[in-house]
Formats: sequence, structure tokens, C-alpha cells
Amino acid sequence: MKHLFSLVAGVFFLCGNAFSSDEAPDVMVKRVTDEVLGIVRADKDIQSGNSKKAVELVETKVLPHFNFNRMTALAVGRDWNKANPDQKKRLAKEFETLLVRTYSNALTAYRSQTVTYKPLKMQPGDTDVMVRTEIRQPGQQAVQLDYGVEKSDSGWKVYDVVVAGISLVTNYRETFAQEVRSGGIDGLIASIAAKNKQIEARSEKKQG
Amino acid sequence: MKKMFAKSVKSVAALAVAAALSGGAMAADNPKDPAEGFNRAMFAVNEGLDTVIAKPLAQGYDYVAPLPVKAVVGNFFSNIADLMIGVNNLLQGKPGQAANDWGRVLVNTTIGIGGTFDVASEMGLDKHYEDFGQTMGVWGVDEGAYLFWPVIGPRTVRDTAGFVVDTYTDPVPYYDDVPVRNTAIGLRYIDQRAALLPTDKIIEEGALDKYAYIRDAYLQHRRNAVYDGNPPRDLEGTTNGKAPVELKSSPEKPAGR
Repeated sequence: MKHLFSLVAGVFFLCGNAFSSDEAPDVMVKRVTDEVLGIVRADKDIQSGNSKKAVELVETKVLPHFNFNRMTALAVGRDWNKANPDQKKRLAKEFETLLVRTYSNALTAYRSQTVTYKPLKMQPGDTDVMVRTEIRQPGQQAVQLDYGVEKSDSGWKVYDVVVAGISLVTNYRETFAQEVRSGGIDGLIASIAAKNKQIEARSEKKQG
Repeated sequence: MKKMFAKSVKSVAALAVAAALSGGAMAADNPKDPAEGFNRAMFAVNEGLDTVIAKPLAQGYDYVAPLPVKAVVGNFFSNIADLMIGVNNLLQGKPGQAANDWGRVLVNTTIGIGGTFDVASEMGLDKHYEDFGQTMGVWGVDEGAYLFWPVIGPRTVRDTAGFVVDTYTDPVPYYDDVPVRNTAIGLRYIDQRAALLPTDKIIEEGALDKYAYIRDAYLQHRRNAVYDGNPPRDLEGTTNGKAPVELKSSPEKPAGR
């Protein structure tokens, strides 16, 4: 368990504004990782646990490179097809809020770990690849941090983040399925929304 | 002291069984977790113990000990563990990695002054994590049902057996000087708990159902560890329900219904 989540910090290291759609997926991951790490290293507020600033960083730099629709579909699994378009939209929005808020906190845990990139295994014409990276720190086994990335019209988009073999997306599948069984799709949306409200209330209380 | 501990373990166990009996009927639809009612009761017991004992100790340690001290403590126990990690790598048919692990022990015990400095990592001898549960997984032993134990936390049936073997082959409890030995075991536990502190907040804020979140993360993580970081990808939910069994016996057939 020791290193299970210890470096979820890396999760949202992806970021960056300018991109070209010709950019290879691993190049995109590396560019945005370097940019976000640069910002976190220079920002004492984020390092000392200012989650509001971390959320802002994630929203502006990281979100543009994520496909939350696909992510949500992946997290919900088979039940996704039971949802109507409006429910899908609301569900994806709440899930996005949950993931952004939760894992922005991880950024604040970043200290001096380094990121290394494994060679990309990709055939010409592939539109769905895994970009594999490692977070290294002395004395510990490197923590795997892999991104499921797919090609879209506006460049490569991340749809899955896997830390030490744990997909942060599919890890919700059992819980979500349980929620759908007991309260339907609307019940699931309500549960995530309630969780988001709870986190928001807590962080507002803390900051003043 | 021992008697008192045994007594409290007994009462905790009685409490857990009672809770399991009352809660056992409600949730049994996850094939990976047939003992869910029992597990949730154990989880609640463990949460209580963690809140009152382990977490405050870990937080205190984290606050008081300066970074170099924590590094030395971590390195020291990591070095001892590398010995059996090498054995497990050998048992898994990876002599190269075993040699790497024992090379680490050799370098860190000597140049690294009794394992307090991790010189080997800087020389390019990477740290691995292997245990007997993973070794059995590599041999093809099924992970079995998911269980949640107080104090030691989540383990599948296979990994519980692995944990017993790991405990017997752990050199630390064999140290003769009892106070030193007990201090070492306690310190190691606190060090490991302290390493998990940053993840507490993430789980607390990210999980709709903390028990299920930890369970599913544990199962994914262990599968990944057995495959040394390259498990088969599962995007369509085939590891839920009974699909993986079908998948294993007839890989050419699509698993969906």
C-alpha cells in the first residue's frame, strides 16, 4: 500500500495551452508535464497546500487536454448507455468537478520527484495509445504513471490516468454501478453532486 | 500486556462478528467481495483504530522527524526488505532482478553504512517491491476473495497467505534484543503509515464510498504488481462480475453479453 497513491501528484501534471494537432501524444504529455511542474516548483502557495490555486492551475492548463465525456463513460461502464444525452452531460460535469477538486490536492504534494518517459509503443495510424511515464524518487520503486490518450480533431486527449496500475477512472466503476442499481442514473448524479458540495463547503470553511 | 492485548482483540473480533451478522445480508452482489458485510465491519474497526492510534502517531512522527531522519529510517527498513524481495524475484523466475536486489543490499549495507543511505539507487540499481503474494500470483494462484483485516488492512485470500509467509521470513522479528526489536517493528509501521498520509486527503475527497474505493484500488494495484506493471488492459468492465472467468477459459470469445 505504501506507494499506492503517494504520487498521485503526477496525475494532473499534464497541462499547457498552445498545441498543434500534429504533435505526437508522448510529446504532448511531456510538454504539459514540464510546464505544470515548472509552475508548481515556482509557486510556494501551491506547495504549501493552497488547493484553490491548484484547482485554477488544473482547470486552465490541464482540462483542455482531457476528454471528460469519454472518461465518464469509462467510469460508468455498461450503465452509460442507459443515460439520455442530458443525463450524460450532467454526469460528465459532476464527475469532472469531483476529479479536478480531488486531484488538484495531489499537486500540492509535489516536492522534488522527477518524471521519466518510456519509449512510446505506437503503430502508424493508431488513434488510441498508452503514454507511459515514471515518477522517480531515491530509495523507492518508481511509481508508474500512465495516460490513456486518444486522437481527436483538436489533438490528442487524455481519457484515462493510471497510477501504480490503478485507473483513477475505472476505480469508480463498482461504486457507480452500485449507485445506479439503487437510484438510477439520476441517483448517481445526485450522489456525486452531493459529494462535490460537501468538499466545496469544507474547503470554503478552511479558507475563511 | 499480552493478555490484555489478546482480550481486546477478542472483544474487537466479537464486535466485528456481530456487525457482520447484522450487515452481512445487505451486500453480497460483488463476486470479488463475497464477505462484504464482514469486511465493512472490519473496515470500520480499522478506521477506528487508525483514527485513535496509527494516524496520530504517524502525524506526530511526520511533524517531529526532520526529512533526513525520515529518509534514514525509510532506507534502513527498505534495505532489510530488499533481501526477501530478491528471493521473491528469484522464485518468480527473474534472476536478473534478484541479482539487482541483492546487489542493492550489498552496496547499501557497506557503502550505504548499514542501509541508512540508498547509494545503490544512485548507481542505477533500481528499487523493486515483491512479496510472496505476488510470487504466488505469478505461479498462477488465483487471488480469491477480498478480505479486510484490522491493522494489516486489505488482503485477498492469496495475499493473506502471502503475508503470513512474508511475516515468517521477515528478519526483523528474529532480532534477539526484545525492546530493540519491538521498537523497530513499531517504527517501521509508523513510517509506513506516515508515507500514506498525503493519500488520506485524496481518498477522503475523491471517494463516494471509501470502503469500495480502497477495495477496488487495492485489487487493481495488486493485479498490476503481479504483472510487473503490464497487466492486460480492461476498458469494457470485463473484470467486473463473472466475465474474467469466461475470458480466461476462452480468450478468443468476446466477453460481452
